[in-house]
Amino acid sequence: MSTLTPTVPNTTAAPAALQRSRLYWAIADALVLARRSILQIPRAPEMLVFATIQPVMFVLLFRYVFGGAINVGGVSYVNYLMGGIFVQTVAFGAVTTGIGLAADMQLGLIDRFCSLPMARSAVLTGRILADLSRNAFIVLVMLIAGFIVGFRPHAGPGEWLAAIALLLLLSFAMSWVAATVGLLARTVEATQSAGFIWLFPLTFVSSAFVRTSTMPGWLQVFADHQPVTIIVNAVRAFLLGQPAGTDGWLAFVWCGALVVVFVPLAVWLFQRRTSR
Amino acid sequence: MTHGKPAILAEGLEKTFGETRALQGLDLVAQEGTVLGVLGPNGAGKTTAVRILATLLRPDAGRAEVAGSDVVRQASDVRARIGLAGQYAAVDEYLTGRENLEMVGRLYHLSARSARQRAAELLEQFDLSDAASRPVKTYSGGMRRRLDLAACLVAAPPVLFLDEPTTGLDPHSRLTMWEIIGGLVAAGTTVLLTTQYLDEADHLADRIAVVDHGRVIAEGTSQELKARVGGERLVVTVARGEDTRAAVRALAPITGDEIHVDETRGQVSAPVIHGARMLADAVRTLDTAGVELDDLSLRRPTLDDVFLTLTGHAADVSTDTDQAPSRDLAGTTTR
Repeated sequence: MSTLTPTVPNTTAAPAALQRSRLYWAIADALVLARRSILQIPRAPEMLVFATIQPVMFVLLFRYVFGGAINVGGVSYVNYLMGGIFVQTVAFGAVTTGIGLAADMQLGLIDRFCSLPMARSAVLTGRILADLSRNAFIVLVMLIAGFIVGFRPHAGPGEWLAAIALLLLLSFAMSWVAATVGLLARTVEATQSAGFIWLFPLTFVSSAFVRTSTMPGWLQVFADHQPVTIIVNAVRAFLLGQPAGTDGWLAFVWCGALVVVFVPLAVWLFQRRTSR
Repeated sequence: MTHGKPAILAEGLEKTFGETRALQGLDLVAQEGTVLGVLGPNGAGKTTAVRILATLLRPDAGRAEVAGSDVVRQASDVRARIGLAGQYAAVDEYLTGRENLEMVGRLYHLSARSARQRAAELLEQFDLSDAASRPVKTYSGGMRRRLDLAACLVAAPPVLFLDEPTTGLDPHSRLTMWEIIGGLVAAGTTVLLTTQYLDEADHLADRIAVVDHGRVIAEGTSQELKARVGGERLVVTVARGEDTRAAVRALAPITGDEIHVDETRGQVSAPVIHGARMLADAVRTLDTAGVELDDLSLRRPTLDDVFLTLTGHAADVSTDTDQAPSRDLAGTTTR
């Protein structure tokens, strides 16, 4: 190793940086970092496998173990279940965004990025873009798993589109929520617990797996009005070709509201963390 | 190269984190093509200073220019002309060495082609070509640090900030890093290097700023700093531990009162002038006083002595106190 002779080109020989607009770089840099996050996936396949196996277990568990004991009225339980599974999968999957951000902070990678002449926003947007595609992939796997266990949607093209759009929007919104959690918690472990702990009651005390009318009255009030129920109802109605009613647009409003609140919050926290 | 605009200039930098005053009027200057060593114990403010100069933190007061641009008002100009290697290798564990460097190249806004070329060049230069296609998590500590350093050289920046570049490395990897840094400076790069290793500053730095409690307490070349301690030191090791006091009494008339006693080693040391002549006097007086000697020597001062003289406490290089104070306060990482 003593043969190392690092001959560093002086500044005149420095590779030339391209000149483009700020918006161009905000997008280009985000794509570079999104590519980075996606490249990580095959290097740590256990993460994706775990993220996929967990919801598949839920599908099997509810389809074959609990399902028989749950009465959901007119539809088959597996048809009822899948809407809830999609929403749960997307919400849980988005926690990855916060975990990844916390890991980057811990390892000093955020410092490196911030010392580069790149668009700082890309640190957030790049990761969220990657997590969006990752989440979309997992939902696709869930869909196939659903078909195998007897899920039979009755959606027309418009309804498919609405269901997909809602799930993607939810994934996007939840990624910003998770980013906020990650920036507050700062460590991977803390983000993991802080990210999941409130998701469990929120997804289970909802219409995701059972009809809320089977819950005690006081709980029903909460379950009927919380966003997970509304979003699950909308996705389910779209997929089964049923009228979605007010839940149809309320679900989009809820996701939009999350975006409106958590994008500025996460950006503000990120700026505070990176340039105090 | 001592004329012209300095490549790094900091004046009266102040930064407070809550109750802790991390920087209290720090001044630094590094001329183009030189190495400025910033030397100080943990929590002295070294990392905070680097983070301000690398545009990661805003100072509460004072100003700083790097490569001719203001670190606050022209932060993006500064970022295009610096490279930063932090205390730990900030590279993506899951990506390969090549992917890491290409990513950084793209983020420096190089074209895909030049990013690829530059990555290949650097991997070659840093002896990482064989490992280029392996994920970084398979790399050794030394290889990671080399990759980290390569990453901050992607745009061949004229100014480099290396925050404790060899902390935690084995001696061999440390020497390799020294060699690399030496090569960079020879090629005209200006380097600001923080370290808690005195020999590292001695070996690499053209000028050294000794920092304690967020302020520069001494600045100069290694020779100048050593001269401030008063040239050579007479070091007496007594055979019986209880004799150190007797030794001090005996030596005081010839060396003056600036005598340092290390009880645990049974050592007494003092700065001396005309060391060789004094050696004979010292032997005589100690013999008269009945102090039995294990060793008696003249030692040229080290930066340890400089630190001791300037701060009144030895440079603490133990790692068990960790970087916690400075890193914690400095921002994003932990709390």
